[in-house]
Amino acid sequence: MEQRDDIIEYSLYNHHSEEEGKKKRKTIWKVTLILSVITAVEVLLGAFIKQGSDFWLSVKILFIVLTIFKAAYIVLTFMHLGDEKKTFKWIILLPYLIFMLYLIFIGLYEGTSVGIRSL
Amino acid sequence: MSGHASNEINAKAGWDGKVSPFSAGYGKLMMWFFLVSDALTFGGFLVAYGFIRHSYDGSWPIGEETFDALPLLHGSYPLAYVALMTFILIISSVTMVLAVEAGHRMDRKGVTNWMLATVLGGLIFVGSQAWEWSHFIHGTKFGKVELSDGSIATAKGEFGKINSFTVVKPGTHYHEAGTVITDENISAEEGDLMHAFQHAAADGHLSGSADQLMITLHDGTVASVDKEADKDLQLIVKQAGNDHAVSVASDEETRIHENEGSVDLYYEALAKGNVIYGANLQENEYGPQTYGQFFFFVTGFHGFHVTIGIILNIVIFLNVLKGTYHRRGHYEMVEKGGLYWHFVDLVWVFVFTFFYLI
Repeated sequence: MEQRDDIIEYSLYNHHSEEEGKKKRKTIWKVTLILSVITAVEVLLGAFIKQGSDFWLSVKILFIVLTIFKAAYIVLTFMHLGDEKKTFKWIILLPYLIFMLYLIFIGLYEGTSVGIRSL
Repeated sequence: MSGHASNEINAKAGWDGKVSPFSAGYGKLMMWFFLVSDALTFGGFLVAYGFIRHSYDGSWPIGEETFDALPLLHGSYPLAYVALMTFILIISSVTMVLAVEAGHRMDRKGVTNWMLATVLGGLIFVGSQAWEWSHFIHGTKFGKVELSDGSIATAKGEFGKINSFTVVKPGTHYHEAGTVITDENISAEEGDLMHAFQHAAADGHLSGSADQLMITLHDGTVASVDKEADKDLQLIVKQAGNDHAVSVASDEETRIHENEGSVDLYYEALAKGNVIYGANLQENEYGPQTYGQFFFFVTGFHGFHVTIGIILNIVIFLNVLKGTYHRRGHYEMVEKGGLYWHFVDLVWVFVFTFFYLI
């Protein structure tokens, strides 16, 4: 049988033109701005809103939501996962998300039950 | 962007007997699978950290109190340094993605410059982390004390400068009473005044009260300490004793202030040797032992990843210089290295939230 060792090369040549590049760079800088602003907001909230204050619970939830936003931008834009084939994207994301959600649930649930008093 | 090569790919063409599955190169696919497994490892660490923290019913260290130092500056700058580190890593992620983009245009010069910037960004980040670890290990000037009533407290305020020690009882190194020991003429064994002071405190070799401290040095010399008064010394009670309740982070009034005798309480503890400075794997001044262990393990493991990433990026950078990828006709290797590098940034985003913010 004829060996098709050239086929693996196909996807490697995903070149784009100068105009496309310009558009992509614009997206990159836009995402940079978003990531920086989110980080700045997080640091300001962290520095000025004290743990245990009335807003703390909402701030904590906001931190986690913002973190997931940042993570999504990094994975989908910087790592280009958003541009890959849909099947590829979900084969990477879905198993990971399912497993992590389960682990987080178990950690929180059992963490409450265990209740180590002093370490 | 990267996977879009549909014009060139015949998805039905045989891929060694099978079909080219995702229009992506084998190497890139495997890098993704590796990253998923590595992400599970880090996910496991962070969940374990959350589990321990969630099940601990004492008071856990607070990010903005623990991490408020800047190199060369005194005073409190909550989270400023770690914000800077985060920003450096984000920027080096941006330069990396720009290198990948330049690669797609076969712009060799562009790839070279952006890769170099990425390597530099990575080095600055690891350097920053080294400083942060060093600060974490050496600790604050005040340390953590166990007060006379059994409560445990950390301290905030400005530590008064130690000017000199004056020898009262000579030892093997300092022969004459009345010798004034300063940072200039102190023995190498003691290091400097601050170092000698903390060592003596931790070993129980201090005695007296705030304005009349006596120190016993390594060589047996007993000296009086000339030290300026601390400014606005506040004790933050972390673990309640008989007299003091745990301080609430949101209410600074619950700390022990100077008018409530914080100075006397602090130096009484110091004279008894009930103080811990900095952190190691057995104990730390910030909180429970597991806190220090998780800090070292998780940020250390991340720092290790960054270091590996820098090495990979340097190898790729050298190959770009040599023109290896240009001759090959594509810069996929830059893309693969980039995936790893972005992943390192991704992990840091989570470490930042769970170790420093929450």
